[in-house]
Amino acid sequence: MNSSGWIQLILYVGILLAITKPLGLYLCKVLDVDGQTFLDPVVKPLERLTYKLIGVDPKEEHDWKRYATAMLLFSLVSMLFTYAILRLQAVLPFQSLFNSQKLSAVSEHLSFNTAASFTTNTNWQSYSGEGTMSYFSQMVALAIHNFASAAVGIGIAAALVRGIARHTAKTIGNFWVDLTRVTYYLLLPICIVFAVVLVSQGMIQNFKPFDTAALTEPVHAQVEKKNDKGETVKGSDGKTVMEDQVTDTQTIVQGPMASQIAIKMLGTNGGGYTNANAAQPFENPTPLSNFLQMLSIFAIPSALTYFLGRTVKNQGHGWAVWAAMFVLFFAGVMVAAHYEAAGNPNLTALGVDPADGNMEGKEVRFGIFNSALFATITTDASCGAVNSMHDSFTPLGGLVPLLNIQLGEVVFGGVGAGLYGMLIYVIIAVFIAGLMVGRTPEYLGKKIEPKDVKMASFVILILAFSILGFSAWASVSKMGAPDPLTNQLTDGTNNSGPHGFSEILYAYSSATGNNGSAFAGLTANAPWYDTTLGLATLFGRFAMIVPILALAGSLARKKLIAESAGTFPVSGPLFTSLLVGTVLLVGALTFVPALVLGPVVEHFLMHAGNWF
Amino acid sequence: MAAKTHSIFDPAIIIPAIGASFKKLNPAHMVGNPVMFVTEVGALITTVLLITGGQGASVGFLLQITLWLWFTVVFANFAEAMAEGRGKAQAETLRKAKTETKANRLRDDGTLEEVPSNNLRKDDFVLVKAGEFIPGDGEIIEGAATVDESAITGESAPVVREAGGDRSAVTGGTRVLSDVIKVRITANPGETFLDRMIGLVEGAKRQKTPNEIALTILLSALTIIFLIVLMSMKAFGIYNGVDFSITVLAALLVCLIPTTIGGLLSAIGIAGIDRLVQKNVLAMSGRAVEAAGDVDVLLLDKTGTITLGNRQAAEFMPAPGVTREAMAEAAQLASLADETPEGRSIVVLAKEKYGLRGRELNELPHATFVPFTAQTRMSGVDINGTKYRKGAAEQVKAFAGGNLPAAVQSDVDKISGLGGTPLVVASNEKVLGTIYLKDIVKGGLADRFERFRAMGIRTIMITGDNPRTAAAIAKEAGVDDFLAEATPEQKLSLIRKEQEGGHLVAMTGDGTNDAPALAQADVGVAMNTGTQAAKEAGNMVDLDSNPTKLIEVVEIGKQLLITRGALTTFSIANDVAKYFAIIPAMLLRSFPSIAPLNVMKLVSPESAILSAVIFNAIIIILLIPLALRGVKFRPLGAAKILQRNLLIYGVGGVIIPFIGIKAIDMVVNALHLA
Repeated sequence: MNSSGWIQLILYVGILLAITKPLGLYLCKVLDVDGQTFLDPVVKPLERLTYKLIGVDPKEEHDWKRYATAMLLFSLVSMLFTYAILRLQAVLPFQSLFNSQKLSAVSEHLSFNTAASFTTNTNWQSYSGEGTMSYFSQMVALAIHNFASAAVGIGIAAALVRGIARHTAKTIGNFWVDLTRVTYYLLLPICIVFAVVLVSQGMIQNFKPFDTAALTEPVHAQVEKKNDKGETVKGSDGKTVMEDQVTDTQTIVQGPMASQIAIKMLGTNGGGYTNANAAQPFENPTPLSNFLQMLSIFAIPSALTYFLGRTVKNQGHGWAVWAAMFVLFFAGVMVAAHYEAAGNPNLTALGVDPADGNMEGKEVRFGIFNSALFATITTDASCGAVNSMHDSFTPLGGLVPLLNIQLGEVVFGGVGAGLYGMLIYVIIAVFIAGLMVGRTPEYLGKKIEPKDVKMASFVILILAFSILGFSAWASVSKMGAPDPLTNQLTDGTNNSGPHGFSEILYAYSSATGNNGSAFAGLTANAPWYDTTLGLATLFGRFAMIVPILALAGSLARKKLIAESAGTFPVSGPLFTSLLVGTVLLVGALTFVPALVLGPVVEHFLMHAGNWF
Repeated sequence: MAAKTHSIFDPAIIIPAIGASFKKLNPAHMVGNPVMFVTEVGALITTVLLITGGQGASVGFLLQITLWLWFTVVFANFAEAMAEGRGKAQAETLRKAKTETKANRLRDDGTLEEVPSNNLRKDDFVLVKAGEFIPGDGEIIEGAATVDESAITGESAPVVREAGGDRSAVTGGTRVLSDVIKVRITANPGETFLDRMIGLVEGAKRQKTPNEIALTILLSALTIIFLIVLMSMKAFGIYNGVDFSITVLAALLVCLIPTTIGGLLSAIGIAGIDRLVQKNVLAMSGRAVEAAGDVDVLLLDKTGTITLGNRQAAEFMPAPGVTREAMAEAAQLASLADETPEGRSIVVLAKEKYGLRGRELNELPHATFVPFTAQTRMSGVDINGTKYRKGAAEQVKAFAGGNLPAAVQSDVDKISGLGGTPLVVASNEKVLGTIYLKDIVKGGLADRFERFRAMGIRTIMITGDNPRTAAAIAKEAGVDDFLAEATPEQKLSLIRKEQEGGHLVAMTGDGTNDAPALAQADVGVAMNTGTQAAKEAGNMVDLDSNPTKLIEVVEIGKQLLITRGALTTFSIANDVAKYFAIIPAMLLRSFPSIAPLNVMKLVSPESAILSAVIFNAIIIILLIPLALRGVKFRPLGAAKILQRNLLIYGVGGVIIPFIGIKAIDMVVNALHLA
């Protein structure tokens, strides 16, 4: 890694660390219904009005079952809302303004997949944004979820932390209050400022139809000749006739981009406005915009660890969790950057300068390190925005994002989701190792009992079940889009061998982990993939959140046990090491065989001269 | 029942255990242990494949894998059988106390009938005469007797048991030495404390503790996860054009699921109770043993636990004008015939401090001894007309003509103030000085409490003394806190207060008025000498009636939990090496270029898989002694214990199987097994 890489990393971690405490303190105010913030004069009336409109008493708290029911209902209704808009996008009013590209209705399976994906904070995109979604769909159907799914995630994390902090209590908060306050006091204000900053960097924000520009250098290509009916023309020798095609113009995407991108990153959503996501020049115009986007991914997850420490009155614990996340993040960056910089020996053999590393699928303006760093951050968190193509990473460089997702995206993680995922590992670590201090395991004064272990185990189980189960199904069935030439169903992968397998594995890991990034060689916009990937996003979100809320409820009810020298220590380097070890042992062991059959075998084959 | 430990390698236990480990293969038994049940199903599948053939690999390899999978199950069963066997041996000793006897039951009309003791029911009345065995647990309602309880406690000195008060409980199987007592039976046959304990140590009636249930849930979840992993692996293999054989997948599955802890879990639990029994403590449930590990407040009775039962002479304080030697000599003479511990301690102090030889009584033929009576509250001796007396200040004052020298009076007041007992010594009318009798703190306690403090356990001394005395003794003993002038109600409210503050409290007690506190405490150890009510209220009974043992009970509870956690950590950490052994072996034929992944340089894919499976099986056997003995307990703070155990069982758990599998691979190849 070169010095500019180190400087970039140190700067990144330094600023992240610096904002953790102030933002964490602000979160404490936001997540407390009585918390007072500097925005109160402006936002408080709006907040009160909202409660009045939806008929919520902000002072009334709910037990975990009511909290879960409200969350599920809200998610279901908002998902149906998005589904409807996508299906109706071609007939909704103001087409000239909101659908200037005259995009048709989104297909049933893609609408389901997209609605599920955005509701669950996944933002997996089986489509290309600019070619499928009208401005209205982007701004309303999708952006609403960018805010709401982020707010829901933060709310769930807060509910779990309250469960840990409280004792002999029945309630864990009010879903509607959490949703409202997080949106109004945290997400919206930051996004407004962030969007303006992004515009200053050259990001677009308009309702103009797409632009067309003349290419200075027309592109020539050989394409299959088609007749009027769109069929390929075959010559007398039976071979497809090819013809020369000249491209001399380029369509330039326009639209309300900055407003989308701010929340896309801050809410760890990751759904790109354009297909190329943060690699597209408008969507990520400058090094500064790149840096700020990366920073905004980790900002709230990092601050949530401070919120954890503050709320449970053990700041050392908050920092120990932060440190465990940092260690896993740092290791990931190092491995990814190392293998990307090392490049592909087969290309070196063909004359590519090894000093260039693996530049396939990367923006030249970002280079190796910024691509590796972005890829690690976006998969540590459940963001899924990309500024380079993960599918083109070297096998072991690509293993890092894949493993990050499979660990449950607990390395800072998605907003809220990262913290509650990590706290599940904390519970498991405390349960196993806690016995070793000679007491029945306890976490911050709460005994960890069968019910709690059951809920934590269920979360880990769902992750393995959804990722491995769906991947196994996809690997042995030909369920992808039909091959255009033979009309036979395919497995949808663009590559054969272990790399093709990695594409499938990555898709279900990303969907279950609610990440949204892809090894995009997989053609996922086919009925079967859209449906199963959509289901995986729902499993990965709700089959985890419900047991986590149950856990929060169970912890809140417990009596508090006094702390003493005999109490299991949940702060300090020892606990951090234990937590890292647990994440790696319990989390990674599940995926070792799959990772070996994918990236690891591919790595050795690549060095033996085979590539895919 | 003497505290007897059985050697781990006692053939009398091992041989029946081997038989039992095969009997336990019954799936109906195995299903209670999900991890080992899956292992058995795996073994069954490979057996079927072995018989039906057609797996491609050599029969010798399939046979060995199959055998080792079965061994894994058998070894786990053996661990459990060993623990139960040791428990049974322990129970045998307990049973000896349950001699089948005849009982003289009192009919309603007052006449006697002879019935076998196991026909007795709760609330029957029996009459037990000298020389007879007491037919069941009960309470004396009439009379007093000396009872030989050596069968239970191993203590040969007979004890007095009498109706009313705190010494009314009798245990079945003990023998009345003198007098006649009328006993109300308090337990039905099969429900006595002893019966329950026998059930627990034999494992038959053992119920899983909440912590065991929680651990079983986690282990089951891991097992299901690895099932998903292995089933998906088959599909992933198909995609990659690799056909994984079912036998190899079953082998990998068994290696990955936590068989080590799954196989040893129940053995650890049984062994914990067993260790308690070896200390002569009977626990009502496994839960009570675990609760002992969680305890962070110990309520310790001062008398008997912290101090020796009796006060002892600590200092002679002569009156003005009297030499210390003269006073010591008078004190010694006055105490020669005093057989109480206090009296003896005066003789000893005089001898040790002033070199005064303790004269035998027969050396003083003309001496007339005056014994202590409740009326005189003095004792002493008359030698050649000199009357040596020692006793309470008021009485000696009266004896000496109604005057105490001012200095002596101030000494008396000072000693009283310190919580000691002043005894004034006089010869004829001359007051010679004051003997300071004080509580003697048992040796080594302060050190022990200090270690407890490091472990986060607070000790509170309970005493009937006034606060000043209590403070002095508490300071000397090194306890953290004390409750002075304690009444049973105060004791109970102290326990409640501590529990409300989130503490878990352990205490010992023997009297009926201790019963509510014993019931309220998280761990209540009743003394076997105590009343039936106390025994019923607590969740443990100490057969030796040694209150200090509470400390050992806590250590046993902690040791049990540490052993369970250590082996779980070890079991999960082992998976790393097993992956490195088996995964390369499974892929090497299809992808030869992955050879560098075979970091252990295992000779062939077959030997690699076989070695991992063998390691997985024999590690269970190797860890049986650890499971039965428990991880050595060290009284340290939680952070230090955690660090130590994480290093040994976590990091060690990652490293050891690399070495073990490599070694087994070398042996396997040397023997040409694969």
